[in-house]
Amino acid sequence: MSDAPQRATFYELQAENRRNSVLLLVGFFALVLFLGLGIDVFLLGWSPAGDGAIEFPLATPVALLFGLFHAANSWFGGAAQVLASTQAQPADLQDPLERQFVNVVEEMAIAAGLPKPATYVVPDSDPNAFAVGRDPAHASIAVTRGLLESLDREELQGVIGHEMSHVRNLDIRAMTLVTALLGAAALLSDVARRGMYHSGGSVGRSRSDSRRSGDGGGGGMALLFVVWILVAVLAPFVARLLALAVSRSREYLADASSAELTRNPLGLAAALKKIGAAHQPTRLISQGSAHLCITDPRGLKVNERDGEVAELFGTHPPLQKRIAILEGMAGVAAGPGPAG
Amino acid sequence: MIFMALLFLVGVAVVIALWLVGQFNGLVQLKNQVQNAWAQIDVQLKRRADLIPNLVNTVKGVMKFEQDTLEKVMNARARALGATSMKERGDAEAELSQGLGRLLAVMENYPELKSNQNALQLQEEVTATENKVGFARQFYNDVVMKFNSAQQMFPGTLVAQLFGFQPSEFLAVPEADKAVPTVDLSLS
Repeated sequence: MSDAPQRATFYELQAENRRNSVLLLVGFFALVLFLGLGIDVFLLGWSPAGDGAIEFPLATPVALLFGLFHAANSWFGGAAQVLASTQAQPADLQDPLERQFVNVVEEMAIAAGLPKPATYVVPDSDPNAFAVGRDPAHASIAVTRGLLESLDREELQGVIGHEMSHVRNLDIRAMTLVTALLGAAALLSDVARRGMYHSGGSVGRSRSDSRRSGDGGGGGMALLFVVWILVAVLAPFVARLLALAVSRSREYLADASSAELTRNPLGLAAALKKIGAAHQPTRLISQGSAHLCITDPRGLKVNERDGEVAELFGTHPPLQKRIAILEGMAGVAAGPGPAG
Repeated sequence: MIFMALLFLVGVAVVIALWLVGQFNGLVQLKNQVQNAWAQIDVQLKRRADLIPNLVNTVKGVMKFEQDTLEKVMNARARALGATSMKERGDAEAELSQGLGRLLAVMENYPELKSNQNALQLQEEVTATENKVGFARQFYNDVVMKFNSAQQMFPGTLVAQLFGFQPSEFLAVPEADKAVPTVDLSLS
């Protein structure tokens, strides 16, 4: 009967991820608008009053179009792009290990009451796993070959349960969007910065100078210019931190949901121990998709430390902590037995 | 004035009607989910019944000393397929689960089977199907709990009574099965 609040949480999680996805898109377009307008005003010399160097804003519509295209592209093709970038191949049913992987995915899909996600294997010897897709009907779960070779069936079940929870809670939507928009934000701010170097920033200054003689708002314009430069420079960095923060908080929840699906928290705990012991970088999974994985593919020790810095830069909470929590659950579950 | 009051009453009636429709649809949706979950169990049980003869034929030559285990499995399968009542079928399926669990466990003692690709593959398929049966039951119970809670909690209970919804029954058997793997817990 203790299940009741958990059920509610799972709907809350979905609602929260829907909200996060919308906020992400809104934030992304606000950024695009801001960067585009900045290029128009400070670099091309457009003025809202109509007395600038160019009559119509040029960079703003271009940037918005680019943003729109990129958002649509990542919504429909983001998952495929992530999979392609890791060289993931569809699981081969003739191979015993990959057959077992597909079976375990089917089991977890049944436990979660979801359609079976597509199954992919990444040809990399470091154990890792991730899930992508915009909703459960368009989801994919990918594991590295190394994961299949090092885990037994029970441990694999724990890992797949973890990924299936990301699918069920719609974490994959928010995360896939983050991955794709992160790339776009980096590109845009790069364009803005390049433009700045080419015009030496002098355009912005002379513009605000001429503005000063005009309406006396020069001080404000200069301040805006500084803010704009800061945003352009910091946007990718802030977006990264945001992605990391979102991802970190999801991991504990996905661990707990995995235990709820498999009713066996020790399977996942054992898997995390093995994955932690084999901590070397997962070569094929790039930085841009690090937050999608069950453990940080970069093999950074930053995730294993406690503290402010680790909390800011790790994509994942410390493995030790996650294992301890799972083992705690098992201790409770072993006592009175599962309810219901 | 009277017109305004009437308008207000109609507005209230519309809101209540919409709410009723929403509640009713929610309950129907849950009921369908329960039926779906039930059908899923059936699909997996059928798949299991199809796999068993293959498995038994593959291993019976090697597992000479486990003939009664194999026989038990085949008998339980036959009774499950021929069952006429839910109770009879439930008992037979539970016995089948037990027998299969034992069979899979003793298979570990036969090195010949470990080098037999066909046997290994069948073992994986049977294990997967056993798990699927278990998880389908677990999911069924999860959905039944949602459906029943929706009928028992306050505003829902009015609608459920009004339209004559009945709570569904939980499957009690699998929890006994599920208890078996927890033996592993003592290891750590």
